[in-house]
Amino acid sequence: MGKTIAEINGIRDNVIKKEAEDKKLIRIYVHMGTCGIASGATSVLTTLRKEIKENKFKGAKIITTGCAGICSKEPLITVALPGQEPIMYEYINDEKAKEIFASHVMGGEIVTEYAFLRGMETQLKERMENNGIIEGEAVVDSSIPGIEEVPFFAVQEQRVMKNRGLIDPNNIDHYIGRDGYQGAIKVLTSMDSAEIIKVVLDSGIRGRGGAGFPTGLKWKFAAQEPDGMKYMLCNADEGDPGAFMDRSVLESDPHSVIEGMIIASKAIGAHMGYIYCRAEYPLAVETLNKAIKKARAYGLLGENILGTGFDFDIEVYEGAGAFVCGEETALMRSIEGLRGNPRPKPPFPAHAGLWEKPTVLNNVETLANIPQIIYKGSEWYAGIGTEKSKGTKVFSITGDINNVGCVEVPIGTALSTIVNDIGGGVVEGKRFKAAQLGGPSGGCIPLAHIDVPVDYETLQEYGSIMGSGGMIVITDDKSAVDIAKFFMEFCTEESCGKCIPGREGTKQILNILNKIESGRGDASDIPKLEELASVIQKTALCALGKTSANPVLSTLRYFRSEYEEAVSKNN
Amino acid sequence: MIHTITNFFTDEQISALDEIIDAHKDKPGSLIPMLEETQELLGYIPECVQERISVKADIAPNKIYGVVTFYSFFSMNQKARHRIQVCMGTACYVKGGKEIADKIEKDLGVKFGESTEDGRFTYEKARCFGACGLAPIILVDGKVYGKVTLDSIDGILSQYE
Repeated sequence: MGKTIAEINGIRDNVIKKEAEDKKLIRIYVHMGTCGIASGATSVLTTLRKEIKENKFKGAKIITTGCAGICSKEPLITVALPGQEPIMYEYINDEKAKEIFASHVMGGEIVTEYAFLRGMETQLKERMENNGIIEGEAVVDSSIPGIEEVPFFAVQEQRVMKNRGLIDPNNIDHYIGRDGYQGAIKVLTSMDSAEIIKVVLDSGIRGRGGAGFPTGLKWKFAAQEPDGMKYMLCNADEGDPGAFMDRSVLESDPHSVIEGMIIASKAIGAHMGYIYCRAEYPLAVETLNKAIKKARAYGLLGENILGTGFDFDIEVYEGAGAFVCGEETALMRSIEGLRGNPRPKPPFPAHAGLWEKPTVLNNVETLANIPQIIYKGSEWYAGIGTEKSKGTKVFSITGDINNVGCVEVPIGTALSTIVNDIGGGVVEGKRFKAAQLGGPSGGCIPLAHIDVPVDYETLQEYGSIMGSGGMIVITDDKSAVDIAKFFMEFCTEESCGKCIPGREGTKQILNILNKIESGRGDASDIPKLEELASVIQKTALCALGKTSANPVLSTLRYFRSEYEEAVSKNN
Repeated sequence: MIHTITNFFTDEQISALDEIIDAHKDKPGSLIPMLEETQELLGYIPECVQERISVKADIAPNKIYGVVTFYSFFSMNQKARHRIQVCMGTACYVKGGKEIADKIEKDLGVKFGESTEDGRFTYEKARCFGACGLAPIILVDGKVYGKVTLDSIDGILSQYE
């Protein structure tokens, strides 16, 4: 039996009450995203549980959460004693966990040596405003930096990721306790399609999958189609190598995506939805399936949602390993059980998408933004960002950089802030060469332009793209030709084979790059690369094909001398 | 006939396969989930299995072959006892994933997609697993090994006989 709106609100109140009571307990948060688990978080969790049992220790509660954001320091745990600041510990293993349990949990003595910081991400704003002091939480060891003093966290603006490291993704009540499903309740009880779309349009949010198309407009097109079967899809096929923002959202806060889909489906008049998730993300698939089951049990999905008369349900569709399936028409073909070949547009999916029915496809991050836009209003959302691009963007920063992780910043933040402040600069002994954004469709931003604001228009001007949020920092030990070759190898392998520019053009570019790299290139190769790239851009069938030569054009634009040097031997 | 399914799989496997086919065949768009479960059950999807699906689910064999060969998740070849996947994502590339791959190829005498002659390892290129914080990574039988170095590979592989 599903719940009523009053019951959902009752759950919220109870969770808040219980959280206050929990503060009288010792809380141990174990952060268990994919990175954490791969680094040994499961074993740490087992160790902590065993310690509690063996010591017959009462008064401690373990909470498992998703990713805490800073993957390079995993496994991470946070210990919070009543009336004291929480302490986050880094690089934890079983031995360290035992030591922390004996000393900090049982003895009240912080193990400073393993400590990373004081405080929690949710307290960031409050701590910044009050000089690092939270009422009712004593500072015990001020030699450990406060979270507001750690640039990785301090510069971020948590919206999509507001629940990370805090809630148990497998516990729907935790989500509800943090205003979860309030956006859905609002649209189901008091808003019609036009009103929802207006709020989303006014917020200025643009598709976070990379193309930056206004989300509200997409919804409007689908809403204008006559009633009947329509589909609401979520693109969780995060295929760009080096991008993992969506994985992190799905693993740490799956209900935010589900709620976003409920709101979108009400706006466009869809009653069936699919989340297309890549098979390489087993934990995300499992977390989503659990969350959907729980949402159904609460009456938040299925028939007559919360008694409001609206029907909507979601299925997770697991991909089978094909990069091109991130392209919207290919993704729909794949759900239909076919080869994921893109098709020409128009017709656009809003008119004829999945099984030729009106369909909206939104990216994970876009959908995770929606509940807060509805609940807090478009003005709140548009309060940060640039004139043309509102809100925040989540990036995964990786590569030769000190702090690897997921970061959420207002759109328009300078690239240098992300690389140097949040990322902590490049690893010792190397020099920054470029930041590569947007995966195989993207491009490089070199050192000379490191101060550019990161927004859709500026990045395009510099030959890169916002993309889905993968940001890979490359240092000067990699040659430009090698970088281009890496991406072209990827594109040739992942080409679906349907159009000739995508299938053969990429292969020819790769051949020339191989020739140059092996020292057999000559001066005529560079103009040939440019010509091929330009033909592919103009003639390939889908967006992936059209952009597949971008890594070549981008490296040629900024590191032409490296190409020239490589071919100079044979002139 | 050499290609008869009974030459490759046991009666139990075949009846389990039939159950998978029956569970999916009447649902539109269910070919990929059906193949995913089949691959899970049998480890690979050779022609004889594709033929059986074609007949029982009434799907043209060329369509099944087209899907099996399109998606990297599906394989038509039998796998070795253990599966090594080397991530070739951008973060792993930047952190030296190529050198890791070169060493494994040299030591085991295999190329991507091949299995060692003793049937111990199947060696594959993997698509990004999104665990870039631990780059470079390799997976053995699905277990993630992060921050792999040229010196640590032997120790990892020696755990798998």
